Amino acid sequence: MSNIPSELKYASSHEWVRNEGDGTFTVGISEHAQELLGDMVFVELPEVGDEVDAGEDCAVAESVKAASDIYSPISGEIVAINEDLEDAPETVNNDAYGDGWLFVVKASDESELENLLDAEGYANTIDED
Amino acid sequence: MTSKTVLHAKHLEANAKMVDFHGWEMPINYGSQIEEHNAVRTDAGMFDVSHMTIVDVKGEQAQAFLRKLVANDVAKLTVPGKALYTGMLNEQGGVIDDLIIYFFSETQYRLVVNSATREKDLAHMAKVSADFAVEVTERPEFAMIAVQGPNAKAKTATLLTSEQQAAVEGMKPFFGVQVGDLFIATTGYTGEDGYEIVVPNDQAADLWQQLLDAGVAPAGLGARDTLRLEAGMNLYGLDMDESVSPLAANMAWTIAWEPEDRDFIGRDVLVKQRAEKSTDKLVGLVLEEKGVLRSGSKVIVEGGEGVITSGTFSPTLGFSVALARVPRSTGETAQVEMRKKLVNVKVVKPSFVRNGKSVL
Repeated sequence: MSNIPSELKYASSHEWVRNEGDGTFTVGISEHAQELLGDMVFVELPEVGDEVDAGEDCAVAESVKAASDIYSPISGEIVAINEDLEDAPETVNNDAYGDGWLFVVKASDESELENLLDAEGYANTIDED
Repeated sequence: MTSKTVLHAKHLEANAKMVDFHGWEMPINYGSQIEEHNAVRTDAGMFDVSHMTIVDVKGEQAQAFLRKLVANDVAKLTVPGKALYTGMLNEQGGVIDDLIIYFFSETQYRLVVNSATREKDLAHMAKVSADFAVEVTERPEFAMIAVQGPNAKAKTATLLTSEQQAAVEGMKPFFGVQVGDLFIATTGYTGEDGYEIVVPNDQAADLWQQLLDAGVAPAGLGARDTLRLEAGMNLYGLDMDESVSPLAANMAWTIAWEPEDRDFIGRDVLVKQRAEKSTDKLVGLVLEEKGVLRSGSKVIVEGGEGVITSGTFSPTLGFSVALARVPRSTGETAQVEMRKKLVNVKVVKPSFVRNGKSVL
């Protein structure tokens, strides 16, 4: 069973969300997702300033195995992206919940958070896979 | 039902991620496919290839049988131990399988064929051999370990007997020798130096452990695929199959046209295809921007289209490369359909990396 930190929220499409407490939310992909994808070779990120809707594909994680769309779990404006992944995409494999973060969204509607899963709920969706 | 090689427990010990590979439970990686790839390019890695099928061909008409069975001519083999790569074709000139044939004498050869094609290969060989005084025997009592990389030979040498060391000392590429319990061959599927070692099943786990202790990194099927693709080596089932002529699969060099009276299976069709230049060709594609070329993608060239047969991210080069079957008219560039858009790629010879270095 892969690591699923309890302080994060999750989308069933395997993104995690961390509330930074200032109206911004950091997004990455779960450890389970990086395990499924295998070694990451390219990460395509949105641009700072982009407006995204919840459920909209806004990034691509491409591994040796497959290219996978990343969906923004919440609506808002992209306020930061993890540029280090350009040269070190393997960080997503090595530290999925830390240095392997993908982008930060300034939420336009924080109530959308309620639509996401907690750690237990996400663990259940993985079990069903 | 899935089969397990005798090294299955060793893979689990090394934390392998196991997958079903045509009915065999095999390691896809032991953590990171890219690190395993790099170990083979820069140092030494090893693969369990025990799932591959070893077939010994013995008998008065062994040579005559193989001259009928495969497109290359085993009569070219005169030095004991010398090996040859070729295709076994059907009457329509399609590739039933690709294989390596080791020559011991005109009455004794060893064949190594793919595991995914084992049953049809054995059935085909049984049918063709019926007309010859020859015995065709599968050898499931052996496992096989491929040790590959610039330091593979030196690291292997540390665990060989002095007799074995002497036997492989200075052995040229594409040779094999039986010495003691081991059959040691200078063949491989990575574009690096190294050995493929055939070992009795009951000794395989020990040999694997000794190689581990000598600093050889276990590598899975994932790395095996990126290594062979960088080296421009075909994978049966992707780059060619029964519907594909060897002339359309960069295998023309594995066909012996002379002597003209050698009537190997599929010859008539190939002679016609060659004269009429009617087949597609296999080329290499290089994508220097972001993204990964994937098998099955459409390739658009001047005056037609083709298909990517194998594609991957090349860890050695840092960008994506692919093999593609395209019309003969294809020039130096092409476009590939990738994730709903067209990207430009360079068309090159189907070989990207040899001995750790780019050949682009």
